[in-house]
Amino acid sequence: MDTFIQQILNGLVLGSMYALIALGYTMVYGVLNLINFAHGDVLMIGAMVGLTILKLLNSAFPGLPGGVQLAIAIIGAMPVAMLVNVLIERIAYRRLRNAPRLAPLITAIGVSILLQTFAMMIWGRSPLPFPQLLSSDPVSVGGAVISHTQVLLLVLAASSMVGLVFLVEKTKMGRAMRAVAENPRVAGLMGVDSNRVIVSTFAIGAALAAVAGVMWGANYASIQFAMGTVPGMKAFSAAVLGGIGNIYGAMIGGIVLGIIESLGAGYIGDLTGGFLGSNYQDIFAFIVLILVLTVRPSGIMGERVADRA
Amino acid sequence: MAILTFDTAHKPRQSWASMAVLLAVMVAFPFIASHFGNSWVRILDMALLYIMLALGLNIVVGFAGLLDLGYIAFFAVGAYLTGLLSSPQFAALLESVVNYSPALGDALVKLFGEQIHTDGIHLSVWFIVPLAGLIAALFGALLGAPTLKLRGDYLAIVTLGFGEIIRIFMNNLNDPINFTNGPQGINLIDPIRIFGVSLAGEAGSKATVHLGALSMPSVNAYYFLFLLLGIATIFMTSRLQHSRLGRAWVAIREDEIAAKAMGINTRNVKLLAFSMGASFGGVAGSMFAAFQGFVSPESFSLTESVAVLAMVVLGGIGHIPGVVMGGVLLAALPEVLRHVVEPAQQALFGKVVIEAEVLRQLLYGLAMVVIMLYRPAGLWPSPRKEDRPAAALAKEEHEENEHA
Amino acid sequence: MPELLLNISGVNKRFGGLQALTEVGVSIAKGQIYGLIGPNGAGKTTFFNVITGLYQPDTGRFELAGQPYSPSAPHAVARAGIARTFQNIRLFGEMSALENVMVGRHVRTHQGVFGAIFRHKAARAEEAAIRARAQELLDFVGIGQYAHRTARYLSYGDQRRLEIARALATDPKLLALDEPAAGMNATEKLALRELLVKIRDAGITILLIEHDVKLMMGLCDRISVLEYGKLIAEGLPADIQKNQAVIDAYLGGAH
Repeated sequence: MDTFIQQILNGLVLGSMYALIALGYTMVYGVLNLINFAHGDVLMIGAMVGLTILKLLNSAFPGLPGGVQLAIAIIGAMPVAMLVNVLIERIAYRRLRNAPRLAPLITAIGVSILLQTFAMMIWGRSPLPFPQLLSSDPVSVGGAVISHTQVLLLVLAASSMVGLVFLVEKTKMGRAMRAVAENPRVAGLMGVDSNRVIVSTFAIGAALAAVAGVMWGANYASIQFAMGTVPGMKAFSAAVLGGIGNIYGAMIGGIVLGIIESLGAGYIGDLTGGFLGSNYQDIFAFIVLILVLTVRPSGIMGERVADRA
Repeated sequence: MAILTFDTAHKPRQSWASMAVLLAVMVAFPFIASHFGNSWVRILDMALLYIMLALGLNIVVGFAGLLDLGYIAFFAVGAYLTGLLSSPQFAALLESVVNYSPALGDALVKLFGEQIHTDGIHLSVWFIVPLAGLIAALFGALLGAPTLKLRGDYLAIVTLGFGEIIRIFMNNLNDPINFTNGPQGINLIDPIRIFGVSLAGEAGSKATVHLGALSMPSVNAYYFLFLLLGIATIFMTSRLQHSRLGRAWVAIREDEIAAKAMGINTRNVKLLAFSMGASFGGVAGSMFAAFQGFVSPESFSLTESVAVLAMVVLGGIGHIPGVVMGGVLLAALPEVLRHVVEPAQQALFGKVVIEAEVLRQLLYGLAMVVIMLYRPAGLWPSPRKEDRPAAALAKEEHEENEHA
Repeated sequence: MPELLLNISGVNKRFGGLQALTEVGVSIAKGQIYGLIGPNGAGKTTFFNVITGLYQPDTGRFELAGQPYSPSAPHAVARAGIARTFQNIRLFGEMSALENVMVGRHVRTHQGVFGAIFRHKAARAEEAAIRARAQELLDFVGIGQYAHRTARYLSYGDQRRLEIARALATDPKLLALDEPAAGMNATEKLALRELLVKIRDAGITILLIEHDVKLMMGLCDRISVLEYGKLIAEGLPADIQKNQAVIDAYLGGAH
């Protein structure tokens, strides 16, 4: 039973990261009907920039408390990630808004490759160690353990999501985003500048991804130029699972996927009589995706996609 | 592109002449290049395999309009099948069954015989290649089936997922039963043997192949084999394009609902696209395994799927000459650059600023972005004589004036 | 009692909260030109989509040439003998006009991978027959000279004709046309009328949705009128014109 709780806890941690990344995918899909294939790489940029900031901090102001360092890294990584994502939208996607849907998808793949290549050039090809900034004493939660870093991650994820909900439901920008997500043309007729909304959507998604990126590095203690691809795809699966275009769906989908993956990895050995081991963990997300798209394409909470007729 | 044309429908004589010229160049190439070492021909050997892949993917993406991001899975299937049935690997597999379940293991050993238990299976190329094509085609249908009702971007992601799943299986199917030998991959794969002549050269011949009086380096021998296969692939995909089936594929790409309304069973036709495309991938994979002598999961990652897609996109989605050109550019160019650019950077800057590998990635990424933004039909799209409205209107006016 | 080609009854179709069709049916005799009219949103295209397998009805009985058929899939409906055109013209834009019509022959031909690659005698013969028939149909509808023009560069009127030629290529028993005269001027409508009569004289039954009442009155043998998903009138054009319920529906009488 302890293992079970541990797996659930692990799943929550993993799922929070997926949720943060999934939000970026789902918001962009909601307004543009586009899968921002490069979003996983924005996560990577966030992590890389965060690490760079930490290194700079360490040489300029050694001895700062770990928590402060981490905070600065996150706060510093966010604007860079936002800028990157906004630039991507402006340069690669904007022209193709009305092109057949394959075109922006192919471009997105190209952008993803380019981001990885630039990261390769700037930060090198080998994995980079991410420092352990918070205490490594484990925190006990009902028979299972969790690290301080993971607690911080959960807190950050939760507050980000709350913040996002507030933004979307209570602010003018949020209303504008919802309007454009539902019907861009009519929103435009009502005076909403859809370009500004779209840019904001990309920016917010990137900010969340940056948080997830830095925390991913802190959690797994290692980052690399290709680190974004697989989590990106899994987060997309989570977004679909929850209902693409639906913010609440992305949050729920992320958490659920994280738990599925964690439980799956934990029990797959038992389930398959030793044939498949936990190294097959990565396929769960894809299986979930395929199942959802086959059985209930609108996801858990229902999709919310723009009427771009 | 005006001198060379392959538009057999509109300019037959010029097309055949172009093809003859190209063929002559291709055949002469290895003899000339050999003077500069083996690497140039080796580069083209790999490029030819990539061209086969690109042409196969072209059926799925170009003709039928289905964005398959996991295409390399079929390459992997062909390669690993060859690895399993053309090397000592099967012996390892039997051993692992014996270790896992002695009863089952011994029964299988009895079935296959001691010879295979020691040496593994070594099927000849005449068996392996069709088998690889067939099994890959089967996988094509299997992996395509769940995607039939999905719209474009979801289809892309699901196929990507399948590609990853296959790679993960290849990476892990070594325990408890050793199918794929895990991350190490399968090596000691038999080279291709045609009519008793091994294309890798006999032992001690320093990779030279002797055909009667003629002798050539092994890479050259493979070159001609791959050239032949490449031509066959071009021939077959071209025939498929200009057929009832090819039209059905394009109809689905252009408007699936209208295609259904006109009586096309889109489910079956799509599955056929996946299968046919996959079969070329499988054959290419088989050749790859024999050529390289080993296969490992690294060769079959998402990066490779994307690379093949980039070739199709860069060249001209759906246009066979364009796809071939895309394949040559993206497969050969980075290698050529590596030989040129790195020494050049050494000379200019004293160190290598951009490695060839990075350059390769850069090229692929730029190719996809720039092409989609500025020339979405590719560098060499299908020539359509009658499709420029201005030209057509001018022609009409001309005809009217004649009749007036 | 003339032979019934299409006999449909009891069709109900609901989309979420909206009852799009209520107990709709139609009986068309062989060789008729049958019209379906009604105000916008009445459910005419929905009914078309149900008959041709694009939508699945909740209930309904479907019979073509005396045989029941299941409108479960569009390609099966085409095989059974109903071909259609679309309100918003759905051509294969990148293919030539000839190729568009050749696709129409798909359902009556059968060469597959083997024939494509090897082009043996039977395959070549079939391909030649497909090409010839396609050209014939293009000539029949009057755009033979544009055989090699890319479809999306044809003029609007020619595109409509092409769509009809493509539908005819499936050798249908019933040709279902969804607003074939939309966007046409008077001359073009006259030409269309002639074409439709020509098609009927060639032995094909026609069902068409149209808004141009004058065109319909002069062309159709019988007409059904839909409003809010229900049949409100059925009969000869002259009677329909005088039918009070119909007049109310179009002019917005007391609701």
